[in-house]
Amino acid sequence: MSDLRALLIPRRLFLMALFAGFVIWCALSLRWDWVPQYLPLALEGLWRTIWILVVTVVLGFTLAVPLGLAQAAGPWYLAAPARLFCTIIRGTPLLLQIWLLYYGLGSLFPQYPWIRGSELWPYLRQAWPYAVLALTLSYAGYEGEVMRGGFASVQKGQLEAARAFGMPRFTIFRRIWLPQAIRNVLPTLGGETILQLKATPLVATITVIEIYSVSSRVRADTFIVYEPLLLLALVYMIIAGLIALMFRWIENRVPSRPRHG
Amino acid sequence: MTLKTILATATLAALGTGLAAQEVKIGIAAEPYPPFASLDSSGTWVGWEVDVIDAVCKAAELNCVITPVAWDGIIPSLTGGQIDAIMASMSITEERMKTIDFSDPYYNTPTVVVADKSLDLEATPEGLKGKILGVQASTIHQAYAQEYFKDAAEIRIYQTQDEANQDLVAGRIDATQADSIAMADFVATDAGACCEIKGNVADDPAILGLGVGAGVRKGEDALREALNKGIAAILADGTHAEITARYFNASIY
Amino acid sequence: MEALLDTLGLAETASLLALEPPGWGANLLRGLANSLQIALGAFGFGLVIGLAGAYGKLYGGPLLRDLLAIYTTVIRAVPELVLILILYYVGSDLINQAAIAMGYGRIEISGVVAGIWVLGVVQGAYATEVLRGAIQAIPPGQLDAARAFGMPPLMTLRRVTIPAMMSFATPGLANLWLIATKDTALLAIVGFSELTLETRQAAGSTRAYFTFFLAAGALYLLVTLFSGAIFARIEKWARRGQPSLREGGR
Repeated sequence: MSDLRALLIPRRLFLMALFAGFVIWCALSLRWDWVPQYLPLALEGLWRTIWILVVTVVLGFTLAVPLGLAQAAGPWYLAAPARLFCTIIRGTPLLLQIWLLYYGLGSLFPQYPWIRGSELWPYLRQAWPYAVLALTLSYAGYEGEVMRGGFASVQKGQLEAARAFGMPRFTIFRRIWLPQAIRNVLPTLGGETILQLKATPLVATITVIEIYSVSSRVRADTFIVYEPLLLLALVYMIIAGLIALMFRWIENRVPSRPRHG
Repeated sequence: MTLKTILATATLAALGTGLAAQEVKIGIAAEPYPPFASLDSSGTWVGWEVDVIDAVCKAAELNCVITPVAWDGIIPSLTGGQIDAIMASMSITEERMKTIDFSDPYYNTPTVVVADKSLDLEATPEGLKGKILGVQASTIHQAYAQEYFKDAAEIRIYQTQDEANQDLVAGRIDATQADSIAMADFVATDAGACCEIKGNVADDPAILGLGVGAGVRKGEDALREALNKGIAAILADGTHAEITARYFNASIY
Repeated sequence: MEALLDTLGLAETASLLALEPPGWGANLLRGLANSLQIALGAFGFGLVIGLAGAYGKLYGGPLLRDLLAIYTTVIRAVPELVLILILYYVGSDLINQAAIAMGYGRIEISGVVAGIWVLGVVQGAYATEVLRGAIQAIPPGQLDAARAFGMPPLMTLRRVTIPAMMSFATPGLANLWLIATKDTALLAIVGFSELTLETRQAAGSTRAYFTFFLAAGALYLLVTLFSGAIFARIEKWARRGQPSLREGGR
């Protein structure tokens, strides 16, 4: 409630009125005649953006947990490859990784004709598996580093106590280490999910139809430059806001870190 | 050196690099499009269109600078002022003429469909039924495919024709629709040896346009007349034919 | 050397990447130089915006704080690709209209300058947050003492704030620098000549996609590792005189 009250003070009302005025001016003076025609395509693109975001975040996080664990507590032969993977992913641009996976692998296909007969071929022909793969690996690389910090930040005393109780290793991991690690890095995860949202438009360069490519299509067909981009920016801001709200709700539900004296 | 002087110097430097030139910036696509414009390993642009641009500018006595711009932003770059003309194998169509003006055409090329040699298909909606067709974004081919082949084939849109060719070779798409001259050049290369031209598409001048011309901003009649003069000059005195002979066997005008 | 490359099957790769034409190595290095130029400019421009923004957020009036909050939120919520497109077209339009209004005729903005402008605005939002956190971490006594001495604000900035905040800001700024170098790749989509675009052009002309993209990846990785080492040095210098973090420094 205090949030709402903070919004209602005069200067914020003034800013909101300015913004509403700007929106109305845009609605009246810019060209929006293209919207009805492209709305179905835009909705399909929006669905695909959200779908790709959710799938890659879930898969990427699943991959990030072992990566982080290997670096935090693993033997050198597991920690070193994990570290190498994270360093490479974080050291090269995502666009390059996407193009490398799609066009790089694609350039290998003609050299190995047996690939076309295999069962994977229908999937290798489509663009979205490569998009999902590239985004998943990218998210895993960044989150692996975050989870390493998360695992390292859980108090060793709790793990030792559990061990002293004779808890099996996997149960310790499942009940104590992982949940606390996630709880410690939850704010960072929220920020990184928004960064993943901002990374999704890059897959439009490998022919995946998501909402950014719809705006490019509108620009190509009608040569209208600003309106689709403004609408696109608005859509992304709304989605980012929803993600932030969702993470804040999760953080409120999770019991907060105990303060110790 | 206070903050103020640093800021002032920086602004002046930025503006200074840019204060207006009498040059005419001719926009070409930043992606290779052999044999019209491609990048060689020393970083210079070579190709038929590059030579024609040089010849037209010399005949029109303009000081031209070739400026590569991303293809799918090339018209907004023109209308926004980053370039002064477009000579990037852009076809003259009614849709584009609503936004920009064109010079006279300087070459013509029919539209063909290219596919793997082992595939038996024709350049018609029936022939492409159930196939995957790749086209370049913001081209007449995208417009044509979306008008005629939308219900028959799955259409994939690429940022450059080059990438569509690459996916054709890789087998991800069954066919691609593009300019016949560029495609003839492609199937003659080693990489394109897998594929052949399957035939011309049914013509539709409203979508496929009336030849390739130079694009200028609406109202820039002086530049347009100058380019027309240059184009007419190289057609008349044989430079056009001479450049064409360097790259092709037959006239492409 | 050639025998070694032959046995590894890398002879063709080496010839593609050779430094003299017909190898494309020089092109890639030129693109890398462009990328680094744009990244450096954007990082610097972003720092300037970030410093101004951090000061605005900390010491400015309520309206300024709200406006800066809007700026940072928008930049952090909208994808860089969309921002690059909007800023590029809006920026060029505005500058050209201003120039025409002032009677100059159209100004040509080179790709490097436009890239620096666009990426700099994006970096500015993140830099605002990093620098604001760093300035807030300075022990307030130092700033109070400067004010008690009657130091003018710019001198305080130069002599007290910036040196003191460096040790807190360096990790965040190192991260921002890496983001700047990687974001230059996005400029390839707008057609600015930098490493990723050169790589795509080279790969498109020779069809050796794997080779060139791996080479470009290796170059970016080298930049990242090198930058990491440099920033580690900078952080050590910035933290001189402070207790080591490793011993749980208090």
